[in-house]
Formats: sequence, structure tokens, C-alpha cells
Amino acid sequence: MESAEQLRDRLLAAFPEARVEVLANPAPVAQHSLIIGATHAVQIATLLRDDPDLAFDYASNVTGVDRPDQEIKEKVTVKETVDGEEKEVTKEVTRTEPGYLEAVYHLYSMAKRHGPVILRLRTENRTDKVTLPSLTPVWRSCEFQEREIYDLFGIVFEDHPDLRRLLMWDDFEGHPMRKDYVEPDDYEWEPTPHDAVLIKAKRPADGEEAAPLAP
Amino acid sequence: MLGTGILRGLKETARNVIGSFREKDRLPTVMYPEETVKTKENFRTFPFLVYDGDHAMPGLRCVSCRICEKECPPQCIFIIQERDENNKAVKHPRVFDIDFSVCMQCGICAEVCPFDAIKMDNIYELAGEDRFTGLLVDKHRLAKSNHYYHQIKPTEANEVDGRLAEDKRKAEEAAKAKAAAAAAKAAPPPTAAT
Amino acid sequence: MIPGVSIEEKTDPLQGQILEVSMGPHHPSTHGVFRMDVKLDGERIVSLKPVFGYLHRNHEKIAEDVSYLGSIPYTDRLDYLCSLTNNWAYCLAVEKLSGFEIPERAEYIRVIVGELTRLVNHTCLMGFFVQDLGAMGTPLMYAFREREKILDLFEGLTGARMMCNYMRFGGVRCDLPVGWIDEVKKVIAAFPRFLDEFESLLTQNEILIARAQGVGVLSKELAINAGITGPCLRASGVGHDLRKVDAYSIYSRFDFKVPIGAHGDCYDRFMIRLLEMRESLKILDQAIAALPSGQIIDPKAKSRGLRPKAGEAYGRIEAPKGELGFYLISEGGPSPYRYRVRPPSLINLTVLEDMCLGGTVADAIATLGSIDIVLGEVDR
Repeated sequence: MESAEQLRDRLLAAFPEARVEVLANPAPVAQHSLIIGATHAVQIATLLRDDPDLAFDYASNVTGVDRPDQEIKEKVTVKETVDGEEKEVTKEVTRTEPGYLEAVYHLYSMAKRHGPVILRLRTENRTDKVTLPSLTPVWRSCEFQEREIYDLFGIVFEDHPDLRRLLMWDDFEGHPMRKDYVEPDDYEWEPTPHDAVLIKAKRPADGEEAAPLAP
Repeated sequence: MLGTGILRGLKETARNVIGSFREKDRLPTVMYPEETVKTKENFRTFPFLVYDGDHAMPGLRCVSCRICEKECPPQCIFIIQERDENNKAVKHPRVFDIDFSVCMQCGICAEVCPFDAIKMDNIYELAGEDRFTGLLVDKHRLAKSNHYYHQIKPTEANEVDGRLAEDKRKAEEAAKAKAAAAAAKAAPPPTAAT
Repeated sequence: MIPGVSIEEKTDPLQGQILEVSMGPHHPSTHGVFRMDVKLDGERIVSLKPVFGYLHRNHEKIAEDVSYLGSIPYTDRLDYLCSLTNNWAYCLAVEKLSGFEIPERAEYIRVIVGELTRLVNHTCLMGFFVQDLGAMGTPLMYAFREREKILDLFEGLTGARMMCNYMRFGGVRCDLPVGWIDEVKKVIAAFPRFLDEFESLLTQNEILIARAQGVGVLSKELAINAGITGPCLRASGVGHDLRKVDAYSIYSRFDFKVPIGAHGDCYDRFMIRLLEMRESLKILDQAIAALPSGQIIDPKAKSRGLRPKAGEAYGRIEAPKGELGFYLISEGGPSPYRYRVRPPSLINLTVLEDMCLGGTVADAIATLGSIDIVLGEVDR
């Protein structure tokens, strides 16, 4: 099978204006992935499926990954003029790396028996621009898995034939697999509370005594 | 011909009905609870605490290191360390509770325990009336003797005893060597015999 | 008005009405808590929407909070009939992530317990399938009787009958007890007799043929495109078995065949499992004969406090129900940053509607039974 770099060059030759980047995987298994721009995703997916040399006819695993906004503290050396003198001052600067949601597709070929090729599609942010093109028209196996991502991560897939929640109920609010998801505050008494439950257990309810704890 | 397949099937059913009177293999069920199937030696249900000697509480092997509490996947173990009158930590649990209604019998606590203090039991008839207090088991109910451990899991218990004896021997040897070294240092250097 | 049933008038009143029925979630044929929103025109199905989530506990989120080791007992509870293959797939993914090597003996033990698990799953499935078709009790009890013997083996080896929690990163948890292999030999020597009896009990049965042949046909193209794996895919005529394709673990050393169906109907899916069990027995014979002695776990590997270096890995195995994959992303922490299960049962349900459209309600039950789902894995 072609390496990720070769595949990137092939895709860029076919779609010169598309965004295709290789993301290296440092783990021993070295399954490198390709970051694909949303605009050409469906075309690229169709090419991967229909090209007789590649023939990625089978999308095995489709999943989401949440990358929240990251605050990165950096030390920056700046030249400043203090009291008429030019000095080098080291300042600590906090910079926010914008977060995104990611859909990851693991593709294999049943005809050629090779793979995986890993495609990653990223949304622009995590709040309002969370739309990605759906690859269900290319691989039917994405149908339920994209619904699951919509349900648990909140990525909206355009052109998905039936985009509803899969595992949670329809009135459910929020996306439980996001890193910043806060679970509802519904403490039930238990005899051996730990960590977060312990804090809830010690907190007295309105006008009541604190719940009794194990000695 | 229509019906031959069903007749062939009925022949198999008849073979099994008649066979169930003659072969143990075809009728493996027993009349529980009058009769029970003997469980295998490795069979595990809930954890228990092993103690050495005749008295449960002083003999507990548990040193309250809380590794099992941290590793327990459903977090059903609850430990508070004993403290003496000077508020100094003692290697003994003051509270050691396991919530059997949460425990999923995975055996990870017994696997990670470096002191062989917690092991897996093989009792399974544990139905209780109260979900909370009835299934919240404290250290007094959890403590079972090493003798009991030998009874339910002889192979494993012998292995553990061998390992503990070996560790003890090594520790004693090390202590002896240390004492000897200290004594050698303290004693005046040997003078040549005159 | 019956709850769960609604009636939709057609434009032409002489054509009757479309009846919307909610099948499940407590229907005995749905193998758990699973619901299908079915629209019926008379007895024919015009629309079928599966509804999931009744058993959802967000296994993936739990795994992001517990250690790598602590997730193994939770994987037992995905497809609770095949806990050992679930363990295996997860351990394979972690081994790919952290680069552990598995000693020979551990590989052989894994293959032996993995193939025993396949026998357990397929016997169960065949019993449940004919039970769904109306053969109440008898074949299922025969199947359970045989399954029980293998569960006894699991009890002797791992300590539990179903929630085995046996495999560890880089090997297995404990070595085989004395005399265990002889018991396995006894069980697998007696197994072909059961298969022969089960075959003559059912495969030529006119009722089974009438209910299963030509029902729920799945075409080869759709099966590949919809990511169907396992016996369902092979019944549609695609020779795709990860034991051959990936040849993970040591499967390249064994001589076995991959049975392939011709029609892709319920009967083929039933027969494929029967044939697969015979191949599993072949693998078991070879594995037991060649079982080496030696270590059972990589000495470099550690289970407790494992912190793989940053990276990601996707490991997949041929579980009895299809391709079971685990996708892990590590950021160097004590628990995975992202943990994903690729559940074969869920993805095999993608084509349920396509297979059932135009058929009767009874056909839908046969089709669902032949797909082989376990809701613990579908809902996770």
C-alpha cells in the first residue's frame, strides 16, 4: 500500500486546491493519518473508493474526537524600551489555541486487502461552526456512526440522510462525549461515595441535614 | 419428500430424550438448591481480606495502602487508615468497606495487592433484604482466615504462602546482615592476637 | 388507542391504512432492549427504523476516566457472550499503542480461548435464531447444554463463566491450571457429535427452510458498502475474514477455511455459523497440539499504572459477530484521551431496514435473529 505521503501527493494531484496534510502518529504502530479539508471531502472519499488501485471500499470505524480550546502559556522575549534604555524582557504570554471537533474515518479495502487509511475532518470551532460533509453517500457504514458522532459530540453532518440522535433520547440536551460536558446534578445516596460523589454527599441539601456517610 | 426433515429432527429429539436417562452428558442439570455443582478452584465472586493467626483484626494482612481502592474500576472499596493516639498513621485499616452491590467481581483488587491481603472468595448465595446496608460489607465480615483461603483455593494459597515465607526469610536475612554490619562497625577493630 | 401504535390514513380510503407499530423494547425476539419503529401496510413492512440506546451507559466516557487496566472488566460487558474476544481486541489495541510483544504461549492461549468463545457465541446464536422462528426451547436447550461445557472451561481458567477479565497487555493474566488442556480436549472431541445432531435436527427441517431461505437477502455490494462484517458478510459471498486478511496474532500458522455463502439470506447466515464452528474446532486441535511452554506475559509490559506515550492506534480482530475494533488516542496520561469501540453488532444493523422492506413482520424477526446482535455492544 502507498504511504501516507504518497497518498497525499496523489490526492493533491487530483484536487490541487484541496487541503490534504499528513498527521504523523508517533506510536509504534505508525498509522499516520490525513487531514482533509471539508470542502473536498466527498470528492476525495469518492476517489479513494472508486480508484482501482486504492479501492477503499470499506469504512470500518468512524468516530469523533473533541479537542477543547487550550490555553498555552509561553515565555516570549520582547525588546522593550524602559527608561530610555532598550532591554530584553521575558514575558509570560497566555495564548488560546482554538479547539475543534474532529471526525476520524478508518478506511480499509476488502478488494485489495490493504489499509488503513485514516481521514480526519475538522470543524472550524466547537460552538457554531460544527458542520462537516457527511460521507454516508460514499460509504453506507458511516450512517449510524455519524449519527452517533452527532449525538455524542455534536458535529452536524450535511447531506446525511437521517441525522437524528442515536443513543440518547430526542429531548436530551448537550453532547456527553465532549470534554467539557457537565453531567446533571442528580446525586443519589450511596454508602461508599468517592471523589465527586463524595463532595455531593457532603453538601447539605436545602434545609436538610447532610446525608449520612459511612464512618 | 415433505416432512422427512421434520422426521429426522424428531429422531434427534428422541435420541436426546432416551439418552438423557443413560448419559450424564445429555442431562447435565442438577436439582438446585438440594444439589449444587462444585465450583472450580479458580472460581471467583467477591473479595475478602485474609488474616494470619487466630484473631481476625490483629492478623489482617492489609496495611491500608489503598492501591486496591484506587485501581477498583467501579470504585466499590472504601478505606480509612488507622491512626494511633499521636495521630500517626498505622499500617492497619480503621475502615475497610466493600459495597457488594457495586462490586463487579473482576478480581483486579486481588491482582494488584502487593501484600496478598485481599483475595477472591467463591461464595455466591448472597441475596439480601437491604440494598444498602445489607450489601455494604465491613472489615469484620470481610476478614477470613488463611485457613479458609487454603480450603477454597489450595493451589493459589500454597503459592502465596511460599512467596510470603520467602519474602520473610529474605527480610530476616537482610535485617541480620544489617545488624551484623552495625555490630561490626560498633565493635572495636580486631587487634592482632598476641 | 393502544400505546405505541398509530394509524395513518392513506389518501385512498379503499387502500386501507398504514399501521405504525413499535416492536420492542421488551419483545422477546429483540434479544434485549431494542426497539423497531415499523410501518406496516397490511402484513408488509414499508418502513423500519431501529431505535437504540436503552442500554447505553457511555462505556467510552467511563474508559476516559479509569486506568487502562480498569477498562478490561468493562469490555467484558460489551458483548457479554464473548468477553474473551472483547478483552483480546482491547489488549491488541493497547499493545499496538505501546509496542508490547506477546510471548508464544500467550498467543496460543489467546487463540484457544478465542476460538472457544466463537463456539460459545455461534451455538447460542443458532439456538436463539430457531427460537425466534418458533422452535421454542428444545434446540436452544441443546445449544445451551453444549455452551455450558465451554463455560465450565472458562470458569476453570479465568474464574468467571461470562465476565472473564482474562487478558492483559502483553499476554494473559494467569497460566493454564493443571489438567485444563485435557478437559478442553474432552470437550472439543465431543463437540462434533453435537454439531452433527444439531445439523440433522434443523438444517433439513421444512419449517426452517420455509422461514429462512430467500428471507432477508443482503447483496454483496451493499454488504461491503455498509461495512457489514463477520458471518453476515461472508454469507453474502465475500471472503473477508480478519484471521486471514490481517492474520493477527498467530492465525497464519493454522490451516482452516473461511466458509462463504451464496445467497446472503437468513439460511446462509445460519449455515455459515455451523460451518465456522467446524473450522474453529480444526484451529483448536492444531493450537492445542502445538501449545508451547514458556512465559505468558511480556516482562516489559505492565498493566497497573500503564501510561503509553502519546499517539494513537486502531486494533481490530475477527470477533464472532464481526470486526471488533478499538481505537485509542493516548496523550501520555494514565487513561486514554479517546477510547472508541467499533461495535460489529451496531454496524451490522445498518442494513436491517433494507433487508426487511417488503417482507412480513415474521420475516423481520427472522432477519434480526440471523444478524446476531447483543445489545450490550450495540448501545455500549
